[in-house]
Amino acid sequence: MITAALQEREHYLNASYGIKSWLLTKDHKRIGLLYLATITLFFFLGGAFATLIRIELLTPQGDLVSSETYNKLFTMHGVAMVFFFLIPAIPATLGNFFLPLMIGARDLAFPRINLLSWYLLVIGGLLSLYAMLAGGVDTGWTFYTPYSTSYSNTWVIATALGIFVAGFSSILTGLNFIVTVHRMRAPGMTWFRLPLFVWSTYATSVIQVLGTPVLAVTIILLFCERVFHLGIFDPTRGGDPVLFQHLFWFYSHPAVYIMVLPAMGVISELVSVYSRKPVFGYHFVAFASVAIAVLGFLVWGHHLFVSTQSLYAGLVFSFLSYFVAIPSAIKVFNWTATLYKGSISYDTPMLYAFGFIGLFTIGGLTGLFVAALGFDVHVTDTYFVVAHFHYIMVGGTIMAYLGGLHYWWPKMTGRMYPEGWAKLSALVIFLGFNLTFFPQFVLGYLGMPRRYHVYPPEFQVLHVLSTAGASVLAVGYVIPMIYFIWSLRYGKVAGANPWGATGLEWKTASPPPAHNFDETPIVTHEAYDYRAVMGEVEVG
Amino acid sequence: MASEGRAETLALREQFDTEEQQKDASTLGMWIFLITEIMFFGGLFLVYIVYRSANAGVFAVASSSLKVYVGAANTVVLLCSSLTMVLAVRGAQLGERKTIVLFLILTLILGGVFLGVKAYEWNEKFQEHHVPGAAFHFEGLPPELQGRAQLFFSLYFAMTGLHAMHMVIGVGILSVLIWQARKGTYSAAYMTPVDVSGLYWHFVDIIWIFLFPLLYLIDRHLGK
Repeated sequence: MITAALQEREHYLNASYGIKSWLLTKDHKRIGLLYLATITLFFFLGGAFATLIRIELLTPQGDLVSSETYNKLFTMHGVAMVFFFLIPAIPATLGNFFLPLMIGARDLAFPRINLLSWYLLVIGGLLSLYAMLAGGVDTGWTFYTPYSTSYSNTWVIATALGIFVAGFSSILTGLNFIVTVHRMRAPGMTWFRLPLFVWSTYATSVIQVLGTPVLAVTIILLFCERVFHLGIFDPTRGGDPVLFQHLFWFYSHPAVYIMVLPAMGVISELVSVYSRKPVFGYHFVAFASVAIAVLGFLVWGHHLFVSTQSLYAGLVFSFLSYFVAIPSAIKVFNWTATLYKGSISYDTPMLYAFGFIGLFTIGGLTGLFVAALGFDVHVTDTYFVVAHFHYIMVGGTIMAYLGGLHYWWPKMTGRMYPEGWAKLSALVIFLGFNLTFFPQFVLGYLGMPRRYHVYPPEFQVLHVLSTAGASVLAVGYVIPMIYFIWSLRYGKVAGANPWGATGLEWKTASPPPAHNFDETPIVTHEAYDYRAVMGEVEVG
Repeated sequence: MASEGRAETLALREQFDTEEQQKDASTLGMWIFLITEIMFFGGLFLVYIVYRSANAGVFAVASSSLKVYVGAANTVVLLCSSLTMVLAVRGAQLGERKTIVLFLILTLILGGVFLGVKAYEWNEKFQEHHVPGAAFHFEGLPPELQGRAQLFFSLYFAMTGLHAMHMVIGVGILSVLIWQARKGTYSAAYMTPVDVSGLYWHFVDIIWIFLFPLLYLIDRHLGK
C-alpha cells in the first residue's frame, strides 16, 4: 500500500521536473539537496589533495612532489575542506532541509535569499577551483601576511575572493535561519520545545552572522594590500602582520564551532532516538550550544601564543580557552547520561553517534593540552595540532554529518539505505580514522612539524601507519557514496517514521510534500516525548 | 483560513501565514543584516584604532590635511538625507504616494551630493599625492615617517571607500523604490521595502557619523 502511495502521491521531488525546476527552486528541501551535491564534490576534491599528501609522506624524502607543490596541496586541501565542505556541511544541507520541517514551517523565512546563498557558494567555489586549476595557492588556508601579500607567487587573490563570496553564502544562511527560528515556528512550538538540533543550528547561525563579516573585511584588506600595496600589514610601513592573525582568527576560531556545533545538534537527536529517551538535561544541552557560541569569540588568541602576543594576553586567552571545555563536557556527559538505562538500538546512525562521542572527547581533551600555554609552545605547528583538529573536524563533524545523513536519508528520499553495508562502512571509517590520525599525535609530540614534505627517517613508521589509515578511510567514504546512490532506486521504501522518532519532520510523509505539511502541525508536547509516538503507533 | 488570506493579498508570500508575520520577518532580517554590517565595519575600525594609537603623532599630522569643513558639510548633507528618508517612510505609513516619491527623490539627491563631495575630496588627495602608491608624498614629514603617513591614507581610502560603496548601493535601492512607488506599489498596508531600506540608509548614515570624527577630528590641534 505504501509503495503504491509513494508512486502516486505528489512530493517535493516530483512536484516539478527539469533542470530549471532545480536551478530556480525556492524549496528549502531542494536547495538542501543542491548543497549536498556541491559539498560532496568539494569533499572528494579535498580528499584527493589529502590522498596526494599522504602518498608523498610515505617516504622521508620528497620524492612524489616538489616542496612548492606540496605547499599547494595542503593549502588547497584546507581551503576546499574548511570553506567549501565543513562550514556549509551540516547547516546548509541537513539544516536547510530539516530546520523548517522541525519547527513546523512551510519554508525558510527568505526562500529566494536561500537560493542566492547556494549560488554564492557555487560562485565562490568556482573562483577557488579556478585558482586551484590555474596553478594553485601555497599560503596555507590561513593566508598569513606578509607571505600572502608580498611574497607568494600563486593565485592568492582568486582563492581569497572565492572565500569572500562563499562567506556571504554563510552569512545569508545564518541570517535566514535566525529569522526562521524566531518568526516561523508552528503554533505551540515554544523555544524549549525545539529539538536540540534547532538550538545548535541557531547558535551556529549567530556565529556565522557575527564572525563571517570580520573575515570578509580582513580579506578585503588582504586584497587591497596585495593589489594596491597599501601597507596595512606591512611592517616596513608601520603595518602589523600579527594584526592580520588577530582578525583572521577572530573569525576562524569561532568557525571551528560553526563546524562542530551543528554536529553536536545531530548527535543530540541520534542519541535520543536510538536510546528512546529524552535528552538528559535538555535545558543544559540547549544553553551549552549558546555558551559555546559566546565563548568561541573570546579565545582566538590561543592561535597566537608564539606570534609575539604579550604574555598577559597569552595567559588570558589560555584561561578563557579552558572555559570552552565546560559546555562541551556538559554535552558529552548529558549524552552519556541519556544512554543510561535507555533501550539502545545499534542502527548505523547510532554507531556514528558513538564514534562521535569517543572521538570528540579525544579531540576535546587534546584541545585542553594545546590551550595550555607551556605545552602549546612545545607542540605549536606540529602534527599534534594537526591530529587534534582532525579529531574535531573529521572525527567529530564528519562522523555526525554521516550519522545525520543516514538518519534522515529515508525522510529525504523516501528510501532506506542498506543497513549491512552502512554498518560495515561506519566501522571502516572509525578504524581508518583512528589509524590515520592517532599516530599523528605521537608524531607531533616527538617533534614532526606540520607542512613539511620531508622528515627524518625515524618518523617513517608512524607516517606509513597514517597513510595506511588514510587508505582505509578513503574506502570507508566511498562505500556510502555508492550505496546512497544505489538506494535511490533499489532501497527499501521507507514509511513516514521508520525510526519511531518524535520530531515534526517525521510527522509528514517521506519524502515530504512541497509545502512540508498537509496542514500546519500544532505542537502539544516537549521534544523527545516518546510516549506520544508510542500512542500514535498503537492507534495506527 | 490561511490559504484564503494568501489568495486575497498578492504581497503575502506563501511561506507566511499572516502579513504581520511577514513584516516582522523582513524587519528582523534587516536588523540582523545591519548587525553583520557593524561587525564588517567593526573590523576596519579596530584596525584603524590599533594603528592610530601606535602612530598617534604621524596620524595627527596626516589627518590634519583633511579639510574639516568639507567633512562637516557632508555630515550635514547625510543627516538631512536621513530626515528625508524618515519622511518618505512616514509618507508610506500614511499611504501618500506623492509624499513617498518626493522624499525618496530628495534622499536620492542628497545621497548624490554626498558622493559628489566625496569624489571632490578624493580628487584633491590625488592632486596632493596623498594616495597610497609609488607617487605618495606627504609634505613636511621625514622619509622614515612617509610609510606611516601612507598607512593613514590607506585606511582613509579603505574606510571612506567602503562607506561610499554602501552609499552607491543605497542610491541603487532608492532608485528602485522610487520607480516602484511611482507605480503605486506601496500603501499603508504594504510598505515593508520602504521601511527596511530606511533602516539601511540610516545605518550607512551612522557609519559616517563615526567615520567623520575618527578620520577628521582627533588631535587636529597637534597636527597644525
